[in-house]
Amino acid sequence: MSILNVSNLGVQFRTNDGMVNAVNGLTFELNQGQTLGIVGESGSGKSQSVLAMMGLLAKNGTASGEALFHGQNLLTMSPRELNRIRGDRISMIFQDPMTSLNPYLTVERQMTEVLELHKGMSRRTAKKRAIELLDAVRIPEAARRVNMYPHEFSGGMRQRVMIAMALLCEPEVLVADEPTTALDVTVQAQILSLLKDLQRDFGTAIIMITHDLGVVAGLCDKVMVMYGGRVMEHADADHIFYRPTHPYTIGLLGALPHLEANDDELTSIPGNPPNLAHMPKGCPFAERCTHARAGCADTIPPLVAIDGGALRACHIPVAELTVDNKEAAHV
Amino acid sequence: MSEAQQPILSVRNVKVHFQVAHGDSAWPWAAKKTLKAVDGVSFDLYPGETLGVVGESGCGKSTLSRAILNLIPATDGEIVWMGKDLRKGDARDWHRVRRDIQMIFQDPLASLNPRMTVAQIIAEPLRTHRPELGDTEVMARVRKMMKRVGLTEQQINRYPHEFSGGQCQRIGIARALILEPKLIICDEPVSALDVSIQAQIINLLKELQREMGLSLIFIAHDLAVVKHISDRILVMYLGREMELAGKHALYDNPTHPYTQALLSAIPFPDPERERHKTIQLLAGDLPSPINPPSGCVFRTRCPQAQERCAKEPTKLHRVDDKTQCSCLLV
Repeated sequence: MSILNVSNLGVQFRTNDGMVNAVNGLTFELNQGQTLGIVGESGSGKSQSVLAMMGLLAKNGTASGEALFHGQNLLTMSPRELNRIRGDRISMIFQDPMTSLNPYLTVERQMTEVLELHKGMSRRTAKKRAIELLDAVRIPEAARRVNMYPHEFSGGMRQRVMIAMALLCEPEVLVADEPTTALDVTVQAQILSLLKDLQRDFGTAIIMITHDLGVVAGLCDKVMVMYGGRVMEHADADHIFYRPTHPYTIGLLGALPHLEANDDELTSIPGNPPNLAHMPKGCPFAERCTHARAGCADTIPPLVAIDGGALRACHIPVAELTVDNKEAAHV
Repeated sequence: MSEAQQPILSVRNVKVHFQVAHGDSAWPWAAKKTLKAVDGVSFDLYPGETLGVVGESGCGKSTLSRAILNLIPATDGEIVWMGKDLRKGDARDWHRVRRDIQMIFQDPLASLNPRMTVAQIIAEPLRTHRPELGDTEVMARVRKMMKRVGLTEQQINRYPHEFSGGQCQRIGIARALILEPKLIICDEPVSALDVSIQAQIINLLKELQREMGLSLIFIAHDLAVVKHISDRILVMYLGREMELAGKHALYDNPTHPYTQALLSAIPFPDPERERHKTIQLLAGDLPSPINPPSGCVFRTRCPQAQERCAKEPTKLHRVDDKTQCSCLLV
């Protein structure tokens, strides 16, 4: 059953350089208990698209299109209506746990506030629930720790507090914006296994935003690859990793150093990411694409379905890529 | 590298300790405590070799790299560069050494002076260390170096903010290489970059190393990146060495429990494998370097810890000809 239906979502910013299109024509569907990964480089629009859905865009930003949560459009809601959903039925984990927790309030106050507001609990029951959740995310001595301030926790613990806070109201959708980027690998492994357990126990749908393809591989059912504010490829995780059909996805996988390969040279993608204020007319990736041909730079390729249900936006037919594709996928 | 070769850099039992106000007390008169950021690290570096240094944040890998250049003075130990102990030398000796040892920093934009043009930034080491060179010669070298690292000549008068992260890192590399050093210390040079740009920079570093016969000390927390570029790898935890091994030995057959945990935690870009793998999760958090555990510093999180781990001090010892490990049980 689909909980979230996003169609043709766009995000625009008014800047001194004129209008900047950060996200264009984003369309996807999220089902209960499913995990969607959104991958892309910095500036690809992956964070802005979820911020738009949550009504958290900066003042100079506007969102267009539709984001239906159980049939209600999140984009046209008033802040009051949104506040009833945010933190309760949809919640978010941010990248930097230090700057997203309030340094002036104890963890207890920050957590109980959510429950008092959304669930009408008394402070005492709310505190009990907060301790339960901190236990669930495996914070040792939760009953004592709950009275501490954020600065008294380590980075990994703070991120666990953030996750506990996001799960307080048992949301239907959890949006995680690079939740492990600031953390060490061993802590990242702890947090990811925690997210998997929680998803199994609560049946939460997760939108996972990251630039780390390894994280996506372990966690996600569906993967959306973004570049220059557009979706390049959107398919099952297995399809993206084993049978990528877009030159950008292929390039991204090839650029990853592998633990097992002994290859001397990494296949890098030449050039630099596009400037969003001066986007090319055609395919945003054309400039760096090794397969690009006449026409790629002139028209934007539509996102179309191919055999097997995957969606891709590329002018070049899949058949012409597959040879290179196998080589690249096994570097 | 062959056994007969002399190491160009020998680090012997280097310690970097900081005096800090005691964490639990805000009183200015509270007794100072010693924070042991690096506590007795030793390794050799051979010409043309790349030594990778990995470890989690707070393990002392950056402090170690800065101690080698005296950017943070070492408290104890020997830093022997081409047969000479640098810690016994004076400021003039350090000045001379910095011609041969250069550094590339983590944050590409923050490590470039925003008020200087690219030409000025790249020329500055030449002006400092080779004052005898004339303007035309300096600019010719700057142009040549810019081309070598993949920047165009038209960009010579631009300022750092006009460049993307990857290009800024290229400027940083050009600045480090202009003196034709023998050793470059790279402190997380690619961790702030996107994957596609990261691959460009790694390839560039490897090419330059081959061409100029450079030695590299490559610090990173991404083990896949370190594996790709290094010959040997040093694993650090809480200021101590855990394991020092050839890269294949380390990845195929890690001997230290910490290395094993670190390797199992790396997510692979392979869904089938990720779904079925068992991760050796480490319990708890990193202990404080102000009050590290007795004996082996890793014992509080080690799945194999025994009673003797708390009592006996650890030291890197030979396991076989490729691997040195500090675990008492190996």
